[in-house]
Amino acid sequence: MEFPENLKYSKEHEWTRVESNRAIIGITDFAQDELGEIVFIDLPAAGTNVEAMETFGTIESVKTVSDLFSSVSGQIVEVNSALEDEPEFINNDPYGDGWIMIVEMSDPNQLDDLLNSSEYQNYIEEEKQGD
Amino acid sequence: MYGVHKEAGARFIPFAGWEMPVQFSGIIEEHIAVRSSAGLFDLNHMGEIEVIGDGAEDFLQYIITNDLNAIGDGDAQYTVMCYEDGGTVDDLLVYRINRERYMLCVNAVNTEKDYLWMVKNSKGKVQITDKTADYALLALQGPHSKAALQPSVKGDMDGLKRFGFILEEMNGAEAMISRTGYTGEDGFEIFLPSDKCSALWKELLAAGSEYSIKPVGLGARDTLRLEMGYPLYGNELSQDTDPLEAGLGWVVKMDKGHFMGRDALLSLKEQGTVRRLVGLEMIDRGIARHGHRIFSDEKDVGYITSGTMSPSLKVSIAMGYVSSEMAKEGTVLEVDIRGRLCSARVVKRPFYKPSSSGG
Repeated sequence: MEFPENLKYSKEHEWTRVESNRAIIGITDFAQDELGEIVFIDLPAAGTNVEAMETFGTIESVKTVSDLFSSVSGQIVEVNSALEDEPEFINNDPYGDGWIMIVEMSDPNQLDDLLNSSEYQNYIEEEKQGD
Repeated sequence: MYGVHKEAGARFIPFAGWEMPVQFSGIIEEHIAVRSSAGLFDLNHMGEIEVIGDGAEDFLQYIITNDLNAIGDGDAQYTVMCYEDGGTVDDLLVYRINRERYMLCVNAVNTEKDYLWMVKNSKGKVQITDKTADYALLALQGPHSKAALQPSVKGDMDGLKRFGFILEEMNGAEAMISRTGYTGEDGFEIFLPSDKCSALWKELLAAGSEYSIKPVGLGARDTLRLEMGYPLYGNELSQDTDPLEAGLGWVVKMDKGHFMGRDALLSLKEQGTVRRLVGLEMIDRGIARHGHRIFSDEKDVGYITSGTMSPSLKVSIAMGYVSSEMAKEGTVLEVDIRGRLCSARVVKRPFYKPSSSGG
């Protein structure tokens, strides 16, 4: 399982890649593996405002429905519409083709609340032991 | 079996007191293996109840709704058991070994309830025994299941007709092999003593490797049965639903003589059912799930019992109960998916036509 060093991670299992004032957001390798094969994703339209740590959509595997949480606040400038027809991109390439949305950040300081790669890996180890 | 499955990378869920594998390599991959080749299921959680004695046939004719006169020795029959008011106790398979010896395969969650119900209502010379702990059950399903199974059994699987079964000795114990299943594909189910189970599991996986046979968990078992529109107890069937509205009128034989629930079912049949189980195909994007409400012109007309993204058809399918006047094929309804109203069309079941059917 991979957790690239150049990404930020949330405890809700989203990753965030920062490009100037924009945050590209997806779900982590761990999250896609836990969910299993993704069969459906419900996303808001571009232009919608999202709030950090609030739900912005849902993702469904064969058996489960899960909420998606934004790692930052701001306005969605683009959603990955390819996922509508090929949600399995999230399983196959969670940090690449499986990206979910791009947010124009209203408060980049929120990035400081996120975890780095090794902190996130420690966090999921703790979660697993809590099972 | 837990250790064997754990080794194979299975994920488990607690189910009716058993730790059962929900998936091995992935639900969709396993599902497709069953549709295109073969898959092996561990169904140890299913209940086995034996009914023996002079009065076995008469008692079963009374407790189930289907007519056992339609089958002979070595045949299995799908049926339901009903309460006096027509509500469903369980759906099950009855295996007729001979006139005085039957084996019933019942749902795991219902095993104890079924057993107690049968004991409470038993009559005549009959002995009812819960054999669940003694028996293991494996299912081999898919177009290549016959070829994959044949090397492990003595009997000629080609000659076994759909819903037929044979008894034969397997590793020094009596096993029952039937051409039955819950996937719609050609397939077999093998009842054998629990201590022989993990050896046979490994043997079948090894023998079937040339057909790319895969171990299959309960997740794919559910998507496979859903594509066929088969009911599942707890979803489509319950104490509060009768077999007629569930579309199982074909296993309710009114003219076989008196049986438990007959009076209630006969009057329901004469009045016409208030609601019906239908197949739904989503028109809008979204997956309808168990419990979602169904609307027509803002009026609540029913609820979803099961739903999934069909791995074979790649469309979102569901089943649900709707008012009978809404049950006509082609009717467009709306499903409330977490606050979003999504259009769906009433379609015929099964949703999917299997390539193999067996026998």
